[in-house]
Amino acid sequence: MKPVQLLDPAGDLHPHPDWPLDITPELTRDLYRKMRLARRLDEEALALQRQGELGLWLQVLGQEASQVGSITGVRASDHVFPSYREHAAAMCRGITPAELLIQWRGNAHSGWDPERYRFHIYTLVLAAQLLHATGYAMGVQRDGADELVLTYFGDGSSSEGDANEAFNWAAAAGAPVLFFCQNNGWAISTPPQIQMRAPLHQRAAGFGLDAHLVDGNDVLAVHAVTRGVADQVRSGSGPAFIEAITYRMAGHSTSDDPGRYRTDSEVDGWRTRDPLARMELLLEKQGWSDAAYLSELDLECKELGTEVRRICKELPLPELDERFDQVLAERPELLTEQRAGYRDLVASFVD
Amino acid sequence: MPVLTLSKALNTGMRRALEDDPKVVVMGEDVGGLGGVFRVTDGLQKDFGSQRVIDTPLAESGIVGTAIGLALRGYRPVCEIQFDGFVYPAFNQIVSQLAKMRARTAGRLSLPVVIRIPVGGGIGAVEHHSESNEAYFAHTAGLRVVCCSDPQDAHWMLREAISGSDPVIFYEPKRRYWTKGEVAEDATDSSVLAMTKARVVRPGTDLTLLTYGGMVQVCLQAAEAAVEDGRDIEVIDLRSLSPLDAETITASVNRTGRAVVVHEAPTFAGLGAEIGSLVTERCFYRLQAPVLRVGAFDLPYPPAKLEEQFLPDIDRVLDAVDRSFAW
Ligand SMILES: Cc1ncc(C[n+]2csc(CCOP(=O)(O)OP(=O)(O)O)c2C)c(N)n1
Repeated sequence: MKPVQLLDPAGDLHPHPDWPLDITPELTRDLYRKMRLARRLDEEALALQRQGELGLWLQVLGQEASQVGSITGVRASDHVFPSYREHAAAMCRGITPAELLIQWRGNAHSGWDPERYRFHIYTLVLAAQLLHATGYAMGVQRDGADELVLTYFGDGSSSEGDANEAFNWAAAAGAPVLFFCQNNGWAISTPPQIQMRAPLHQRAAGFGLDAHLVDGNDVLAVHAVTRGVADQVRSGSGPAFIEAITYRMAGHSTSDDPGRYRTDSEVDGWRTRDPLARMELLLEKQGWSDAAYLSELDLECKELGTEVRRICKELPLPELDERFDQVLAERPELLTEQRAGYRDLVASFVD
Repeated sequence: MPVLTLSKALNTGMRRALEDDPKVVVMGEDVGGLGGVFRVTDGLQKDFGSQRVIDTPLAESGIVGTAIGLALRGYRPVCEIQFDGFVYPAFNQIVSQLAKMRARTAGRLSLPVVIRIPVGGGIGAVEHHSESNEAYFAHTAGLRVVCCSDPQDAHWMLREAISGSDPVIFYEPKRRYWTKGEVAEDATDSSVLAMTKARVVRPGTDLTLLTYGGMVQVCLQAAEAAVEDGRDIEVIDLRSLSPLDAETITASVNRTGRAVVVHEAPTFAGLGAEIGSLVTERCFYRLQAPVLRVGAFDLPYPPAKLEEQFLPDIDRVLDAVDRSFAW
């Protein structure tokens, strides 16, 4: 299978017979804007981590097209189960920088109300969310709702038992779930060759999933394929799988040292396929971006940067005391005693 | 004697084991080129090759399950679980297969598999990266559960774990990875304390602090601080969490008459409960006060900004010491 591509790195369009897309200036500008904003957030968050303001940050650099293309290919009413790097997708759903950063500053385990955005909280235990997505989709199926469930994961995560159980179960149940794999080349230091012999989309097909392969750095292709596949899933054809070939130009996390396992030339090679660059070329070649549009976008990015820096430092600090009410719906007696003991001890230090 | 960090001491321990026995293999996520996320396996793949130091697929159940198969075939796998909170996908393989094979085969099969797990908090990590899950494994018969706390012990306990015949859950306290200490790499086995033994790290006469891992240092500091109050406190590093070294524990408490157990794990149904019960049964007539426990609160591990309040610290240890003396 060849990855579906609509826009090449030179900024030229190649219509695809199976994946029609009305490529309007509005759509192009909108997708480009979303990617630019996501990149800006990523840059600011990285800087904040380096300044010690965030404990950790997982960069999305290079994967903006995969995320923006896919999330805009489903409806706002569709529920999403992300992994932990889906910042670009989250922003498209309206999740705010404060809601995104609070987890990485170490003030909370999650920052947003999943029901409000129909975007579940991040999952750090790899592949666990794929089963949650499958179960949620089984609920959608039972309810006869006109919805689907989109779930994100990485190439490495596909090796976990949970991932393979989810593929199989979703297929067996015919659940309306769309598995979206961002194959970004590395699972920390481990390349896909160590994770698997059969390409992922082939394995997915073996489980009975309707499988597709797309150029993950081409936001138009990702958008078109996701939209098309989502329509199929929503029409009751069963679960589907999209493998997006992309690349994370940053290390795994801000604690990682990618210099230990990959070469500069590999990264440089992918830089020439930067998902933002080819959209810039397209906008320019088509005459769809004028100075006004670009300077407005620059300003919007700048404002986002300022906002991110400001809110990061203002994020509310948690209270240990509150945690005692967050364990179970009804606080057990022993825990009440434990909390009282803690309060007494803290009070005894006041002088 | 070389001075090594705890992480380097583990590294040289594995290096020796790989050199000494061609059947030893090191396996786990990112243990090869990267040298593990904490660099504990740094350089091993370079020197022993990717057949001996294996970067595995990202699959914890797979890591332990295939290690069991390798062990059945005569190999000695040393598995690395990347973080404590990610051992659960392997839980089934550990508790229902690894721990039980020997008993199921009436002693015919042994599984010499070591599972190394970075454990505990104190490093400001994100969710699932700071958990103390020793009680789950200590509750399972058929596993040895040990925890090192300084470089010398890290080195020798790991070598002993790898060369032994039983499955071992080998805990490495993250907050101690960068602690330095002398390591007698060429000591004879007989001059080294067996990993099954508890160690009196600070002798004292008035009260025994029973602890392990990242809390050993906290207890030592508490004991130093207690000197000001005229209290001479003994600190014991348990080292082996299952089985416990009942002899060393009871000998100490019988002398001091008071015991406080300190661990990072939540208090409820933690190891402190087991140790408290053991001490009560064996030292009942010598005890001047009930055995007290200091653990983390019975809450899921909180976000990093709260971990200092969540985990036991010197104040909480000293508070328990005071309560013991007030009895
Ligand atoms: C069950 C589990 N094991 C190990 C880890 C540690 N870990 C975090 S991310 C990661 C690599 C994930 O790679 P991939 O799924 O390809 O996603 P990517 O980070 O590349 O987006 C590992 C091993 C984890 N979070 N969960």
